[in-house]
Parts: sequence; structure tokens; C-alpha cells
Amino acid sequence: MSPCYAYYPGCSGLGTSLEYDTSTRAMCERLGIELVEIPDWNCCGSTPAHAVDHLLSASLVGRNLAIADNMAEERELAGIITPCPSCLKNLKTTQHRLSNPEFRSEVERVVGRTVRADLPIKSVLQVVVEDMGMDVLANLASAPLKGLRVVPYYGCIMVRPPQIMQFDDPDNPMALDNLLTALGAEVLPFALKTDCCGASLATTRQDVVTRLSGRILDAAAAAGADAVVAACPMCQMNLDMRQAQINRANHSSHNIPVFYYSQLAGLAAGQGEVSTMMDKLCVSPRALLASLAARAGEGA
Amino acid sequence: MNIGVFVCHCGSNIAGNVDTEAVAKAALGFPEVVFATDTMYACSEPGQAGIIEAVEKYNLDGVVVASCTPRMHEATFRRTLERAGLNKYMFEMANIREHVSWIGKDMEANTNKAVDLVHIAVEKLRRDESLVAGEFEINKRVMVIGGGVAGIQAALDCADGGLEVILVEREPSIGGKMSKLDKTFPTVDCSSCILGPRMVDIAQHPNITLYTLSEIESVEGFVGNFNVTVRRKAAYVDWDACTGCGECTTKCPSKKTPDRFNEFIGKTTAINIPFPQAIPKKASINASACIKLTKGKCGACETICPTGAIRFDQQDELITEPVGAIIAATGYDLFDFTKYGEYGGGRYPDVITSMQYERLLSASGPTEGHIKRPSDGAEPKDIVFIQCVGSRDKSIGRPYCSGFCCMYTAKQTILTKDHMPDSQSYVFYMDIRAPGKNYDEFTRRAMEEYGARYIRGRVSAIQPKNGRYLVKGADTLMGDQVEIEADLIVLAVGAEASKGAAELAEKLRISYDPYGFFMEGHPKLKPVETNTAGIYLAGSCQGPKDIPSSVAQGDAAAAKVLALFSKDKLASDPQVSAVKLMRCIGCGKCESVCPFGAIEMIEFRGMPKASVIETVCQGCGVCTAACPQGAVQLRHFTDNQILAEVNALCL
Repeated sequence: MSPCYAYYPGCSGLGTSLEYDTSTRAMCERLGIELVEIPDWNCCGSTPAHAVDHLLSASLVGRNLAIADNMAEERELAGIITPCPSCLKNLKTTQHRLSNPEFRSEVERVVGRTVRADLPIKSVLQVVVEDMGMDVLANLASAPLKGLRVVPYYGCIMVRPPQIMQFDDPDNPMALDNLLTALGAEVLPFALKTDCCGASLATTRQDVVTRLSGRILDAAAAAGADAVVAACPMCQMNLDMRQAQINRANHSSHNIPVFYYSQLAGLAAGQGEVSTMMDKLCVSPRALLASLAARAGEGA
Repeated sequence: MNIGVFVCHCGSNIAGNVDTEAVAKAALGFPEVVFATDTMYACSEPGQAGIIEAVEKYNLDGVVVASCTPRMHEATFRRTLERAGLNKYMFEMANIREHVSWIGKDMEANTNKAVDLVHIAVEKLRRDESLVAGEFEINKRVMVIGGGVAGIQAALDCADGGLEVILVEREPSIGGKMSKLDKTFPTVDCSSCILGPRMVDIAQHPNITLYTLSEIESVEGFVGNFNVTVRRKAAYVDWDACTGCGECTTKCPSKKTPDRFNEFIGKTTAINIPFPQAIPKKASINASACIKLTKGKCGACETICPTGAIRFDQQDELITEPVGAIIAATGYDLFDFTKYGEYGGGRYPDVITSMQYERLLSASGPTEGHIKRPSDGAEPKDIVFIQCVGSRDKSIGRPYCSGFCCMYTAKQTILTKDHMPDSQSYVFYMDIRAPGKNYDEFTRRAMEEYGARYIRGRVSAIQPKNGRYLVKGADTLMGDQVEIEADLIVLAVGAEASKGAAELAEKLRISYDPYGFFMEGHPKLKPVETNTAGIYLAGSCQGPKDIPSSVAQGDAAAAKVLALFSKDKLASDPQVSAVKLMRCIGCGKCESVCPFGAIEMIEFRGMPKASVIETVCQGCGVCTAACPQGAVQLRHFTDNQILAEVNALCL
């Protein structure tokens, strides 16, 4: 029986990272992971809420967890999953904080109902890598990404803080590396895989983001990567949408496509550029993907 | 029985939150108590004089002192009783400091509990009997476990003092960590030049038997009469025949065996002599790397060996050595630096440990003293040293300071400059801890004369960059982030308890702390003794130590053994089990539960009966709990005495 998860797309999944959400749903369908979107879910408060007020942040998340509790009463759920590391961090941190009875009763007072929050919470990446395994992914890849040289970029919160996220190595995670290898890509060693891109400081301190994200792009270029592969809507946006901004600030001239891993999974599974929404990327991958086809042709 | 009770103030330690006067007053109400008083310091000269005076004046038969833990002063007060002419076992101690005043602040509750504890002691004392110690012969041989600098020192001192010494070392050669060092701080003298002659002394000393490649299998017995079984592991070479010529190592085809002595930074052969000054200078085979032992082929060493010493079929051998005392000097291990993922240890070839760097500096090391990067053999120019790797970090379970890393890092920066004058060393540190003689001056020299740049702060990450490494860290004095490009990174790894230390402690029946370091008898007053008589500590097995401290402790442990062996006989503890033959039904339960083998079954008037071997009995009381008849009783802790204590509290 295929596992069924309560799916939390997160706000960006319906906006800035539509291609992440769409390709994630497609990937899960291919892998036999059933996703049931949490009905009437609300924003988790993203990065700002928890910086202002823990109770506010936990209550926003708490409502979503409570709805998931309802879902679990109706059918068996393997857990709650989300593609967005920021949402994931808020979900898991709240679950962790609810173990404090005082805090829990505060949250329940705000939410207006009990919150069990006992379903396992994982990222889509974790479920795909840990539960499906590399063999399944390799089988999925009917059109392996041969010749594509990529660096995996996890962002700073996918695996941190380790005692909350409980996924992979906080300093040298390998999940994305292994996944991309299984899809047939050539994964280059990348030291900055968990460095911060500047996250939401882009709205207040652009200089920080251009410096931090610039460093990541520099390192990717130095490693000889054709593309960066991200797993976080915020990271992807900073690296992709702001790449011109970063180039201006740093006097660089990067033109590196920044994919979501789920897009590449779709590509490897033969879904084509349209259904993986490659056109949503700001730095166009068209030339790269075209040359990739040529490279694959040479190899064959 | 006339009982006297003395309630100690221990300054404000006890009197601060126990009403000692009220405790003494309450004690007067207990049966057979004819005298009770509170006293400022019961253990002091006037305090003890007061006890002796009271014994005479009130014709006391027994004394209760309510004060600190018996670990601290039971022996002191027993001696006081002897001076007063009483049997020293007519004494009970109520612990109203560790068990009362130090753990609660409520004066009334504390006072009540102290009264209860005194009551318990009085009821026990009423049933105490005079006990007389016997005497037993002692075996004046000593075993030293661990052949590092502390063990070597202790062994030589004991041997020079005329004792027969058995030195047991786990590795193929003695020398320990010190033999791997290039130079020592703060004198920068050659480590193996000062240790080497002492190692030779060990080999040549007529009183010393050396077992290397050996581990402790089991320890039985007690002070004066231990039986230690040593497992001599197979070297696959007959060491009586081996001359240490080294011919075998030249022909061994298995040349990529990880070199333990060189901290795995170099390679060696499967059959090898660990280093040129090794004692004993004998070859041994690494079984997991040897082609003959793993695949059944080869045997090149056997062919070449001029004395025919190779023995592929050699087995481990067990030897039991009777000794009277044991000195544990098992040293320390280095922290596993791969636990810090952010430093990339284990992933990046040029992130190495301080001990690996030491081997690179050493003329007898894998690079013959030339500093070369492991990745490409190039000479590094910028070297970053990171201190406190595995020290003072609660998050990885090492909250303690390892003590010597500040110093050896300073030394390594000095040596680096000596080796490569155009190099630059950077040191990330938390604080400089250099409290020894000439130590602070030494670290100053590293900074001021040798130009090592010290940066106060921790490193957050190390990343490869264009064949070099980017070290990102904080400078907490500048309040800024710093990035340094380096060719080589040396992690100043801290010390942790030697592998297997806890298991050895269990065998020796000594205590160890949560980190696996052996516990001294008292942190101030018994630094080299343990709570098990006849077992002593030297060097880093008790906690991280530098060479001077280790040597001093080796000396001290040897002095303790020599003092112990200055007597021909030791007094036995009369607090041992005794069998009431009339009650014993000969079921043998006590024999089967005794962990020390101190009970044997005998025949008495045609019936099987249990009998206690008093010199072997440790007074643990397991037999008394197992006996269905109550026929085995532990003297001074009989069922009646313990029940009286319980009744005092509950009835």
C-alpha cells in the first residue's frame, strides 16, 4: 500500500516556487507517495513570525497541526510532509516546543482546541531519500541526467539544528548528493552546501544577500558546475531571481541555472521541460538543457 | 554499655544549617548514651582530645561521632579510640554533612534528620563487638600497567627500590605518547632523547620483567596478594629468537599497512618494528594486513629471517603473575576529531591532528622531519592551528580542559617557524592556559619572537578553496569575523580516557569518573591512591597531564608502593564474613554467589558446611543476603545490627 501523507505546500509553493510544488507533487505521484493537502491550511509564519513571538509562530503552526490531527482520525497517515525547509523547521520546532506542557496549553488556548502533534514531520526530500531509496530513484530515471554537472545546495536549515531536524549530517549532508547521483547527474564536491544564502534579509539588507549568495554562486562556478540544485524556495529565489542583482553588486557574470531537485527528478523521469515548469526559472536553463541532450547523444 | 556522642560543627559546614546543640541534647535521650556534646571540629587535635577525655571521665565503651563522611575521617576517629584504650571497632559515624547539611537548607528538617542518623548510629553501636585484626604476609612484587612515561618512571623507581616489577604494555613497544613527540615544551628538547635512555633502562633493569603487546585479562585477590592474569597477544614472531635486525621488514610485500605509530599518516609493512628506538626492539605482524595470515600465501618474512623467528601459528598466551600492588598508568587517548563535522576532519586530507603534525615534525617520522601536506606532499606556508578540539565543549561531552594543548600548540608554532622560516602560523584559541613553570613565557615567545598570530575565537567552518582551505572564524577581541586561507590545518585535539579504561577499572575494582578517567582516593590528599587498597594511579589515566606532572605522579605512586612494602605483614580487615556452623545447612548458596571465591565448602562432623577464607573475603556481604538460614554473618554488619538501624528509624 502506498504511504499517504498530509501535505503542507507552504505559501511559496503557491507563489514564487510554483514549479517546486508542481514538480514535487508529480514526483511523489511517480514514486507512489500519496499526498493529501491539509485543507484550509494557513501560513506558518515563515521566517519572521518566530523571530518576533514564539507563541504567535507556534499558534500559526499549531492550527495546521490540529487540522492534520483531524485528517489522521479519518485515515491512516504516515506523517506530515512539506517541500519547504522553512515551513519544515517551523513545524518541527513547534512540535518540539509543544513538549513543554505550559507552552502547549498556551498554544491550545490560542488555537482553541487540543493539538496532539504526534504525527512524524518530514521534508519531502527526507521521505524520498530515506523511505524510497536510491534504487527506486534510479529506476524512475528513464532519461538519466547524463553529463549534467551539478552542485547540491541544501541551504542552512534543511538539516539544522540537528537535534530538531534529525535528518542527515548537519555539516556534510549527503541526501541530495545521493539522490542526484541516482538520477544520473555528476555531483561535484561542494563545500558550501549548507551555507546561508542570506534568506529573507533580501528585503532589508540586500548587501548581505548579494555577498552570501554571491559566494555560493562563486563556489559553484569554481567547482565547474553547470547548475545549482536547491531544495529550498528561499535559497532558490535568492540564487536564481537575484542572480543579476548579485552579479551587479559583485561585478561577476554568473549565468548558472538553479533547479529544484524535484524538477530534475521529473526531467530524469522523462516529463519534459513543460511539465517540470522549467520556464519558471529566471536564469534560463534552456541552453544548458539543449547542450545536455547533445552531450547525452555523444555519449550514446 | 556507656555510649558517648560527639556532634561536630565542621565550622559552618554543619553548624550553618543543623542545630548541633539540639542534636547532642536529643542524643542524651537515646538508650545507653551517658554523654553527648557538640564540638567545633571533632577531627582536630582538641576535638580528639575531648573524645579521649570523655572516654576516661564517663567510662565510655563506645563512641558515636556525627560529622562528615566515613571516607574522610573514619580511620582518624578509630585511631582516637585506640589512643583512648578502646577497641577501634566500637565506633560509629553518622554522616550529617554530606547527607544532611550540604544537601538541604531547612534548619529544622536538617536537625531532625541529623537526630535520626545519630539514633541509627547509637542503636548499631549498642550491638557492636570488639574486633581484632589478623595479619597476613605480602608479596613484594609490583605490576605497572602501561609503559608510557608515567609507567616507566614508576617502574624504574620501584625497581631501583629493590622491588621486582612487571611492566605490562598494550602496544608492541613502551614509550607511550611521549615517544611520538618530536620536541617537548617548554624546553624544546628532543623527546625521544630524554625518554629513550629511560626506555633502555627498563629493558636492562634486572628487576623488571617487560610484557609488551599484552593486556590485563583479570585481576583477583587483594592488597598484598593480587593475582593478575596477563594476555600476551600473538606477535607471530618468537621474540626470544628475534634480534630486531629488521630484515623481514625489507621483504614484506604488504607495504601499505596503516602505521599506528605514525598516527596513520604514513604507511608501514605488515611485519614491522614500530620505531627505531622501540623497546623491545622486536618485530611483530599486523594480522589484519599480513598476506600470509589473511590469504595463506606469501611468507616472505619467514624465508628471509636469519634466525627463523617467524611463527604464523603463534597463539595468545595467558600468564598469571602474583603481585602485592598494582600501579595503573594507562594514559589517555586522543579525541576523535571527526566528531567536529565543521572542521571536515576525515573528509579533507590536510586537516590533521596535532599528534599527526608531531609525526611530520619528527626526524623519525614518515617525512623525515619535512613538513609536507598529506594531500600533495607540498610544503605548506600558511598553517592554522585550532585549539580546544575536544576540550571545554559540553556539546560533545568533553567539558573539561585537557590542559596541555595550549602548550603543545605554542611549541608546534615555534617548531614550524624553525622548520620553515617563511611560514606563517595562526592559532585560534579560547584562552591561553599556561600555568606551569616557564609555561606562560613560552607561549609569549611563540607570539612575540616566532610571530605566531593568535586569534581569540572559534572556527565555524573549513572549506576547500582552489587547492587551499578557507578557514572561517570569529575574532572575539576584534568583534568581527575573520577568514584565513591556509595550506594545512592542525587540530589541537584534547585528551580523553584511554580506550578500555572503564573495563580495566572494573577489573581492578577502582572507580572512574563519567569520562572514564580513574578516580583518585581524595582529590587533594590522596592523588595517587585509589579507594581500593594496593592499587595506585600514575599519569593521565587519572586526568590529562603533561610530562612533568606524569613523571611526578609516577614517582609518587612508586613511593606509595615502597611505603606499603616497607612492612612484611599487613593487618587484615576483621570486617569479614563468619559462618555459624550450627546454623549452616551446607546448601552452598553462599559459595556460589561470592564474587571473590572467598567461601569454600568443608566437612564438619560428616556434614557439609560453609567456611570463609578470611584473607580473601572482601566484606561485601553478598553471602549474608543469600544465606537462607542467616548462618553467614558479616562481622560489624550483622543482620541484628542492620535491623536495629532500621528499627531506630522506623519504630
